[in-house]
Amino acid sequence: MNVNIIFFAAIREQLDCAELTLSLAKDQNSISDIKALLIAKGEQWQAVFSSSTLLSALNQQMVNDDALLNNNDTVAFFPPVTGG
Amino acid sequence: MVINSIKVQQEDFDFAAEVDILEANNITDGAVVTFVGRVRNQNDGCQVEHLFLEHYPGMTEHCLEDISKQARQRWQLGNISIIHRYGQLALGEKIVFVGVTSKHRQDAFMAAEFIMDYLKVSAPFWKKELTEQGERWVEAKTNDKKEADKW
Repeated sequence: MNVNIIFFAAIREQLDCAELTLSLAKDQNSISDIKALLIAKGEQWQAVFSSSTLLSALNQQMVNDDALLNNNDTVAFFPPVTGG
Repeated sequence: MVINSIKVQQEDFDFAAEVDILEANNITDGAVVTFVGRVRNQNDGCQVEHLFLEHYPGMTEHCLEDISKQARQRWQLGNISIIHRYGQLALGEKIVFVGVTSKHRQDAFMAAEFIMDYLKVSAPFWKKELTEQGERWVEAKTNDKKEADKW
């Protein structure tokens, strides 16, 4: 299945990437599987995805690493929020 | 009719007009509590020249709707209005407006504070400051998390 990934704020700048699409194998179906795939892209990606404060949203809802994915889902990664 | 207004916008808003909307034809609620957050000229010991606010369109609106729904579940409220701006903001410009009405002041005060505390830790907005030392993303404060956890 395919999953759309988007990055926001400092994360987008650190990765120099706003969005990408990942093709997942049959046994890859969670946020943690996506993180593992992205970490493998290189040093900078590893630094971003090893942060304990990184937040994830699945189809615009905050989720944790074991959230399960469906085809064409949108996953967002971003730093802790600072609005208000 | 009860107002539940959520706006995420680039443009400024008129504070007095927003209060008028909360009060118009409202004879049931004796309490009106409002909060406005503005861009200040310094943060963490640095002079700030302006602020840029990024957000996650779509998720932001859902988040603010959810926060106002949670406030209604906790307190007896009439109207709720939340406005949050994004984009480039100059010093002194308004960033956020929270307005709530209630029959009683305690419910209105607590709901307004709850909405702001929750907004600061769960709504997907990120601030970037331009300071005399260059641009920097504002880091989340652990105190904001503590303030939200108290509810």
